[in-house]
Amino acid sequence: MKSAVILFPGINRENDAIAALKQATGTQPTLVWHGETELPNVDIIMVPGGFSYGDYLRCGAMAAKSPIMRAVADRASQGVTILGVCNGFQILTEAGLLPGALMRNASLKFICKNTHLKIENTTTRFTNQYGKGDVVDYPVAHHDGNYFADEDTLNRLEGEGRVVLRYCDANGAVDTETNLNGSQRNIAGIINEAGNVLGMMPHPENAIDPLHGGIDGRGLFKSMVEAVS
Amino acid sequence: MSTNQFNSTPITPELVKEHGLNEEEYKLVLEIMGREPNINELGIFSVMWSEHCSYKSSKKWLKTLPTKADWVIQGPGENAGVIDIGDGQAAIFKMESHNHPSFIEPYQGAATGVGGIMRDVFTMGARPIANLNALRFGAPEHPKTRHLLSGVVEGIGGYGNCMGVPTIGGETNFHASYNGNILVNAMTVGLADTDNIFYSAAAGIGNPVVYVGSKTGRDGIHGATMASAEFDDDSDEKRPTVQVGDPFTEKLLLEACLELMATDMIVAIQDMGAAGLTSSSFEMASKGGVGVELWLDKVPMREEGMTPYELMLSESQERMLMVLKPGCEEAAKAIFDKWELDFAVIGTLTDTKRMVLKWHGELAGDLPIDPLAEASPEYDRPWEETPKQDRIDPASLSGKVDHIDALKTLIASPDLASRRWIWEQYDHLVMGNTIVRPGGDAGVVRVSGTNKGIAATTDCTPRYVMADPVEGGKQAVAEAYRNLIATGAKPLAITDNMNFGNPERPRIMGQFVGACKGIADACITLEFPVVSGNVSLYNETNGEGIMPTPAIGGVGVISDLAHHATIGLKAGEGALVMIGAATGELGQSLYLKTIEGREEGAPPPVDLNAEKRAGTLVRELIELGAVKTCHDIADGGLLVTVAEMCMAGKIGADVSLPEQGSEAAWLFGEDQGRYVIATSDPDKVLNAAASANVAAVIVGQIGGDAISIEGDAKVSVSDLRDLNEGWMPSFMADAT
Repeated sequence: MKSAVILFPGINRENDAIAALKQATGTQPTLVWHGETELPNVDIIMVPGGFSYGDYLRCGAMAAKSPIMRAVADRASQGVTILGVCNGFQILTEAGLLPGALMRNASLKFICKNTHLKIENTTTRFTNQYGKGDVVDYPVAHHDGNYFADEDTLNRLEGEGRVVLRYCDANGAVDTETNLNGSQRNIAGIINEAGNVLGMMPHPENAIDPLHGGIDGRGLFKSMVEAVS
Repeated sequence: MSTNQFNSTPITPELVKEHGLNEEEYKLVLEIMGREPNINELGIFSVMWSEHCSYKSSKKWLKTLPTKADWVIQGPGENAGVIDIGDGQAAIFKMESHNHPSFIEPYQGAATGVGGIMRDVFTMGARPIANLNALRFGAPEHPKTRHLLSGVVEGIGGYGNCMGVPTIGGETNFHASYNGNILVNAMTVGLADTDNIFYSAAAGIGNPVVYVGSKTGRDGIHGATMASAEFDDDSDEKRPTVQVGDPFTEKLLLEACLELMATDMIVAIQDMGAAGLTSSSFEMASKGGVGVELWLDKVPMREEGMTPYELMLSESQERMLMVLKPGCEEAAKAIFDKWELDFAVIGTLTDTKRMVLKWHGELAGDLPIDPLAEASPEYDRPWEETPKQDRIDPASLSGKVDHIDALKTLIASPDLASRRWIWEQYDHLVMGNTIVRPGGDAGVVRVSGTNKGIAATTDCTPRYVMADPVEGGKQAVAEAYRNLIATGAKPLAITDNMNFGNPERPRIMGQFVGACKGIADACITLEFPVVSGNVSLYNETNGEGIMPTPAIGGVGVISDLAHHATIGLKAGEGALVMIGAATGELGQSLYLKTIEGREEGAPPPVDLNAEKRAGTLVRELIELGAVKTCHDIADGGLLVTVAEMCMAGKIGADVSLPEQGSEAAWLFGEDQGRYVIATSDPDKVLNAAASANVAAVIVGQIGGDAISIEGDAKVSVSDLRDLNEGWMPSFMADAT
């Protein structure tokens, strides 16, 4: 099982991503520099979190134009499993691999805390280890996680089962109260039409060790491994 | 001399005064130079001899602080302190103030404070693994407080979050004495291999002097001089002296420097912080006993038409100065090219022991290095001892407020209300190694790839220092020690950030001298030396000084994270045991201030030997795995401590009263050297305490969902939590 982590200037959770992938796959992921034009032959590609190019333009906008992103897009169309977390999610939307956009949090503040998430679809290659309606606990750490898409897109995402994760409370209640950052319909993670690309704001890679205070994130990485092996 | 081109600016007494040099000091300048300096040279003397860079008022006393222990690799004098944490690894850390700029421009002032302290740490070869801060703001009702708090927190988050370094702890106080001078002290802890630590002493005549990082602009010129003066009503006009931060560039600089440090090309390296190129070049040359020739026209510039004066004095951020081994220029440049950072050879080392500045081949300045760097003025300023205050007799309390009501008031007061609103704006989880998050006694991060932890905390109780600088200085160190112990860490060393008013006033100087004495006493007994630090004086506005605030940053190591403690009560823990003795010290307590409206009395004395015994006992109990829940007793006393443990664990507790003496003094006294631990086996704890000659007594039982006092007068834990969590969000939401 081989995996790759893409490194853009300003990314800062690459080692967290590497730790989670290594734990799940048993092998050390390859770190790929943004200036490269080719990817190694891998089963899983992860675009990690951070502040690519300082988020000085729109979050992810600069990184989406990096040479390596053409190679990532090619792999996406070939059906390779691709996970974008936080800034990685923003980069994937800016690259057009996922619909919608991530706007500034409704509070206008950076938010770092644990949040409950409802697993809305357990048939994806990212969530097959969870049960339908499971509530998991991952941390978030972002300033721009407020998911937006137009009504037609949102309806289509819902209709096709592409809303994978929603912000909720410990009992799985999804409402305005439990909407962490103002996201449309409490959306925390979505997949593309083919189901091989997941973008999400929360950090499963920071919930993989009992010392983190919980290991709910392991299921997401294990799901990818199950799906591609 | 052929410095004619730069002699066109006449050096008038007014110009000398504008540069912050007094008559005596200027006389010394003339003596050292043997002639009148030109404007570039005057500017250099000005910043090098500013209080901020020269420590001229404080160094006599700083020298008295203990700085040695077997595990200290580098004490004060380098960019940061270095301690051995075993297994070939070192923790490198320092705390530094950015008070004056943060008051003028809170976002950028705080952001660049964080950026500056991280550079100090990675300059030495360490990857930053934790940030902390110590913040002081004016009274909540002061019109500027919300604006300053909000800007400072956003600035700290904006920089630290982007850098990908978790902010794991800190402290925040409010008091009217900070209305005109807030304090922003930032601390960074880094991790390095003991065989790959980098120092700043330049060496190798003919070696290239290399500039890397951001281009130089006109920002921050005279920042160090500004930080060495009092404020008045026109301080807002000093806004242009505040630097502007670019955390993205610093993140690139961090990665590029660490990549270069993994090779064998660097002789010496120093970040450009306060006083920019001047301070870094002089310090490197002075420490190495060499001379430098700088070609200022080669410095990467952000703006057109910059002068040698501006280049030497700019405090533009995200820059480093290095001396490379000869012939390494191309290979080193390739690394900085990869990270898209400027790289320029801007000079060479000479054997002249002089700083020669060239501008397009012409001489722009020529100064001797040692007299400037080392022979800067040192003052033995007159000082007055702070008069002692009387101990508060509990009989003098009005006692009109019921204990549970007092707890509810205290827990929701600005002094004790939860700081969650602040630390949730900081990424405290990035790097995936945060084991104890903010909100406890100390933050703990795992040393990547091991089961070892590094605990860090920042502490000071300014109202104690104000009332008794010696006891207050001791207490700041003891509280840092205690907060580390409470997580199960062995306290190893501290960094001190001395924030005081105008040292030219004997009363203020007396506070400084007293605090140094207290800190020194505590460091010696607790074997907890000072390895780095920073002094910020002149924190005054219109003659009103701040409360003396010697903030202490402590670092300790947990040898096995399987055995560490947190403050939240855990189901199954039956009894609450108080470790340490109490006589009911109410002087300067929050109870006296908040409930009785009296800010007075002698602060609680610190018995350092008892502190050491209690700390060692508690750490051993945690290391053995016998204790998983521990909280030190600090602001607010015993009942507040128990309430915090209940709120964190969402479990109730019943607290016992003493058989005799004042109930209020027992519940709310702030006697030092104490902890509350929760245990299912209290006898084991009491026996261990007895054999260690440490006072210990059962003070309550865990259970239920309310806090009560001997079964009476309850408040539910969730109501108390709402009060505790509610104050700051509603205070900040009221911003107009």
